[in-house]
Amino acid sequence: MTTTLLSSKFGPYGGQFVPETLMPALIELEEAFVSARADVKFQKEFNKLMASFVGRPTPLTYAKRLSEKLGGAQIYLKREDLAHTGAHKINNALGQALLVKRMGKRRIVAETGAGQHGVASATAAALLGLDCVVYMGVVDIARQEPNVFRMKLLGAEVRPVTSGTQTLKDAINEAIRDWVTNVRDTHYLLGSALGPHPYPTIVREFQSVIGMEAREQILMEVGRLPDTVIACVGGGSNAIGVFSGFVNDESVELIGVEAGGSGIESGKHAARFGDPSKGRVGVIHGTRTYVLQDEDGQIAETHSVSAGLDYAAVGPEHAFLRDTERAFYTSATDEEALSAFQTLCHTEGIIPALESSHAVAEALKRAPKMRKDQVILVNLSGRGDKDLNTVIKELSER
Amino acid sequence: MNRLESAFANKPIFMPYFPLGYPDLETSVDAIEALAQNGADLIEVGLSFSDPLADGPMIQQATQIALEKGITVRKSLKAVKELRRRGVEIPLILMGYYNPMLAYGLEKFVHDATEAGADGFIIPDLPMEEAEEFQSMLIAGRVDGDGSRYATNATQSPPSYRDQMNAVEAPLIRMLAPTSSPERMEMIARNAQGFIYLVSVTGITGERKSLAEGLGGLIAQVREHTSAPVCVGFGISTPEQAREVGRLADGVIVGSACVKAIGGSENPVEAAREFARSFADALK
Repeated sequence: MTTTLLSSKFGPYGGQFVPETLMPALIELEEAFVSARADVKFQKEFNKLMASFVGRPTPLTYAKRLSEKLGGAQIYLKREDLAHTGAHKINNALGQALLVKRMGKRRIVAETGAGQHGVASATAAALLGLDCVVYMGVVDIARQEPNVFRMKLLGAEVRPVTSGTQTLKDAINEAIRDWVTNVRDTHYLLGSALGPHPYPTIVREFQSVIGMEAREQILMEVGRLPDTVIACVGGGSNAIGVFSGFVNDESVELIGVEAGGSGIESGKHAARFGDPSKGRVGVIHGTRTYVLQDEDGQIAETHSVSAGLDYAAVGPEHAFLRDTERAFYTSATDEEALSAFQTLCHTEGIIPALESSHAVAEALKRAPKMRKDQVILVNLSGRGDKDLNTVIKELSER
Repeated sequence: MNRLESAFANKPIFMPYFPLGYPDLETSVDAIEALAQNGADLIEVGLSFSDPLADGPMIQQATQIALEKGITVRKSLKAVKELRRRGVEIPLILMGYYNPMLAYGLEKFVHDATEAGADGFIIPDLPMEEAEEFQSMLIAGRVDGDGSRYATNATQSPPSYRDQMNAVEAPLIRMLAPTSSPERMEMIARNAQGFIYLVSVTGITGERKSLAEGLGGLIAQVREHTSAPVCVGFGISTPEQAREVGRLADGVIVGSACVKAIGGSENPVEAAREFARSFADALK
């Protein structure tokens, strides 16, 4: 058996479950990543772009009125919504795009659900002069229209996906099909901590800047580590990014929030960990992890008001963090997320993405039960401008 | 000699693919039977999966319909048994994605599939790096009689091709692609059992207007490392293309074109007969 340069597994999770045609590309990517990581020049270039183009470090904001209103723990927000393009996705998109240059490829394909990763990929491609094709389910195209337009403005081609459930899962299928066909000159710019090795590791590494900054900032601001770090978990890239800064700090509780949709009992959700009747260990899109599926192993349809969390599988490292009880996972329903969305708008003047609103919802539940000298850090992974249509529609129906 | 070995007595052989459950279960069983009776030397029997990422539109649509009509792994294995009951004697290789097999339980899946009459497995999303788990479930050599033959597992790759053929009852067929490096090609070909599935083009399943360039060279490269038959698939859609590939390879795999011909016909069984005859004739 061949061995990978980096470990391809997180405990029993992860791996490389892809057609043979793609294996050489994964090996090449891993080699490029390992050499780039050790290359001071590459790191310099990446850090420079993070500062001058993305606008890092993103601020840490004390949510004063929200904390007072809840009357418990003090809530701090890591403001990834203020990163260029409006979400954390740009960190990984730029990092991988630099790797693409390094590998001498000139075309990228990407999948997108909420459109944030598609916009980030299109942006990175425009910045670095790469061709960019983004696959997006027609259901998501309908609910994330502003982002579709943004991608086009940035010079990307958006290809509507009409197969299967016409959401993120099918967009990934199509991106992989494109990649397998054009693998010699094309890189698959995967947007979450998912997929075959080395993607979950690469994505975590490029997103770890969130946790690194947040740890430093909160130590500066509060003088101590937070008690709890909360992030929403679709594939799980913003969560793994912020968690990575605190995973070695045993006192810090790590909480991932999945999409509870219409409620676990309704069956309409994307809570891979939250619904043992459907969420079982399986293999999808190249990785072994918790997957919502039926008894026959067919991947289940998912539901969430937020397109970015509407996916049947969770990143393999989260499965491992959960097994080892280093992180805990819960869920917030559509309704709870929408309510948290409005609360943050009113109390802090921040319009969060619906994805991030799931993390805010968990903070709203926890803070009142905590002491005033305790600290919650919420990773506000993106801004909500893209969700206005959805929110207007949802609120008018309630 | 087992079924799989005997199938390669007269090369090149014709290997159509057809998914169980499309356009419905009964018709698919009839169609596969008709393929077998009219010149197919081996049939890749498709198991459906909701997310077939190595497949093009034709097979995606067909397997989607099969799922909508209620196909499951359990029903598929029952259908294999039915094909054997009807006297189909050529090798039947189950082709499907990994997750439904995992959900069924790997050990039980291998056991039930072999018992139903399957002669091997093709799993497109299981490269050599991840194959050990499945490989360890495979059932050691054919022992006449009863359940005792399921008692031992083959855990190590035996040294030669002949030995390997005897080592497991229904092997995992290894796949090679045009992108495989020489090192991978050697490693994969050396451990080949049954036959090598050589993907002729970088891409997904589906018809192509012309055949891949450099196919002869690719096949020659594979043959340096194994005496196992080399079968070529992906993109072959006409008897003429099959004949061309048949000059170089030991077997010609035709998937999407077969699904299209049978599924698109008002008389699927008759279409299967014609389809099999035209390809079998071309490969004579």
